[in-house]
Amino acid sequence: MAMTDTDTATPQMEISDEVAIEIRNMNKWYGTFHVLRDIDLTVHRGERIVICGPSGSGKSTLIRCINALEEHQRGSIVVDGTPLSSDLKNIDKIRSEVGMCFQHFNLFPHLTILENCTLAPIWVRKIPKREAEKTAMYFLEKVKIPDQANKYPGQLSGGQQQRVAIARSLCMRPRIMLFDEPTSALDPEMIKEVLDTMIQLAEEGMTMLCVTHEMGFARQVANRVIFMDDGQIVEQNEPEAFFKSPRNERTRLFLSQILGH
Amino acid sequence: MSDTHAESVAFVRESVIPPAPPPAKEAGAIRWMRENLFATWFNAILTLVALYLIWVLLSGVVPWIVNGTWQGSSLAECREILQGNGGGCFAVLRERWPQLLFGFQYPDYLRWRPVLAFFLLFVAVPPALFVMFLPRWTLIVTAIYPFLAYWLIWGGTILTPLFAALGVVAGYLAFSFTERRGFVLGLAAGVVTALAVWWIGGLLAGEFSRFLRLEAVVSRAMGGFMLNLVLGIVCVSLSLPIGILLALGRQSSLPVVKGFCVVFIEFVRGVPLITLLFVANVVLAFFLPPDANFDLILRVIIMITLFASAYIAEVIRGGLAALPKGQYEAADSLGLDYAQAMRLIILPQALKISIPGIVNVAVGLFKDTTLVSVISMFDLVGMIRGPILASTAWAGIYWELWAAACLMFFVVCYGISQYSQWLERQLQTDHR
Repeated sequence: MAMTDTDTATPQMEISDEVAIEIRNMNKWYGTFHVLRDIDLTVHRGERIVICGPSGSGKSTLIRCINALEEHQRGSIVVDGTPLSSDLKNIDKIRSEVGMCFQHFNLFPHLTILENCTLAPIWVRKIPKREAEKTAMYFLEKVKIPDQANKYPGQLSGGQQQRVAIARSLCMRPRIMLFDEPTSALDPEMIKEVLDTMIQLAEEGMTMLCVTHEMGFARQVANRVIFMDDGQIVEQNEPEAFFKSPRNERTRLFLSQILGH
Repeated sequence: MSDTHAESVAFVRESVIPPAPPPAKEAGAIRWMRENLFATWFNAILTLVALYLIWVLLSGVVPWIVNGTWQGSSLAECREILQGNGGGCFAVLRERWPQLLFGFQYPDYLRWRPVLAFFLLFVAVPPALFVMFLPRWTLIVTAIYPFLAYWLIWGGTILTPLFAALGVVAGYLAFSFTERRGFVLGLAAGVVTALAVWWIGGLLAGEFSRFLRLEAVVSRAMGGFMLNLVLGIVCVSLSLPIGILLALGRQSSLPVVKGFCVVFIEFVRGVPLITLLFVANVVLAFFLPPDANFDLILRVIIMITLFASAYIAEVIRGGLAALPKGQYEAADSLGLDYAQAMRLIILPQALKISIPGIVNVAVGLFKDTTLVSVISMFDLVGMIRGPILASTAWAGIYWELWAAACLMFFVVCYGISQYSQWLERQLQTDHR
């Protein structure tokens, strides 16, 4: 798979042959509603994939299936060699290797920023408290809010909260990051600070799956853009080709709607 | 150039407006009264009517208290001293105070033991109530207290409370060892272990009943406000954890657990407490073997606890339902297991939301402990209605006794309410 973004590509942004996520023929229903239909997707380590599509197309559901927040009914998902089954041990293993950021941040409002970041390392990874705090401060510095460490989430702006959420996921040292519309709930002036953090993460070689409508981000960072509609993958391509010459009619319509103003 | 933008469409700010202090509140008692009491003529009339009513109330109550007497040993003597000046006969409180507190059967030379237990309460409770200000190890005092208090109030060999405590510790250990295989399994293992230790401990305590022995007092001898306090404190502190388990069980995906919790909660909530107490008093004894020594107070505690825990379960269920789904998902996505997610993320928030409801149930429960007077236990209400009003010396005296009973309950309930409001402020983490 070739690199396409010539302007921002840095040497670290390399994609290995190693498979990080393998989804085969995956189907999911909500009751009788067929949300995901025959999804096939292979993600290599180091890939940065942007998933877009109209609302209700199943893009969020797709990435939520990867860490078992949603259950799929048919087909297989293998994350880092661990098959996703109803076996709780496998689910826990996958969840501890896959970080996730949500549209509404989902920080724990009763804990300080620092406690938000150290909770999972201490209780899941069994890391001593002091060491976990050191790691947390390292990542909080990385998302540029170390000075807020002792505040509560309710005292931070939306952009800051989302960056804390990213830091919280990173504290578990995940090998894959999932982003579920991380900027959709933010004021325009805060979107950039979150995107900058995500770009930085991509440059360090993190495997990323982002559901987002930030097409600028897709152009700059992604090595692959996936368009979904009606629970199916309709089109996928390298970003330049995807935006310049979409081949499917529905993709063209979607792009004209979100880029045409 | 000054920044005025009233005249033109185009406007560019050139100077920054510095922040100014807010306008000072205009003070003065007269101004306050005019604004709050006599703002309109209707408002003024209401104020005058209210003042008149307050006057009527105080002119009745104050002389009753001020002219009252604390002397005399019977109502007749009291009336003689008062000579019809409208004062209250508070002598009954002075003379019967120990009975109001301890009932009429608790041996008077042993009263220091419940008194000591009562004062130790003020040492044992703060670590639990003010856990954020005191070091965590002080919670040990709180943990020891129930067993110590039992020993002080009921007496007997110290082995009984010792083995009771041992059973709790063993049950907890069994729970924490098996918990990782599943929460329900861990809970079952804990309960079974605790029951086993209690059974063996019961045998041993019976065998060595002279070891470190305080003079025993039977449950029938308990009475007065002490009984209300014991029932209230024990039942509230037991029904909270049971209520949490029931609320979680009602959300469980295991049909058996969920079904049991739903049936239990709906049944208990649908039954008046007083009928449960009659069951505890009469019906249970009917089913037990004739020589079974199943303490009456224990039976009452079980019934009140079950009753209160069903209510608390529903209050906490409301708190759980109020949490956004994202909190569960965030906990899941970080790899926390069920028990960790509940203990660290979900319950702290759900309980915080539920504080007003829980306190509501707790205060109601504490006052409902007076219902035991109906099954002929002599709590504070039972003492007043029974032995005191039936005595020849004090027959026909009502106001003073009931006012005192109200005051005693009010002090405790108001304290609980104030604490809960303080706690809510403490736990507020937004916009601080």
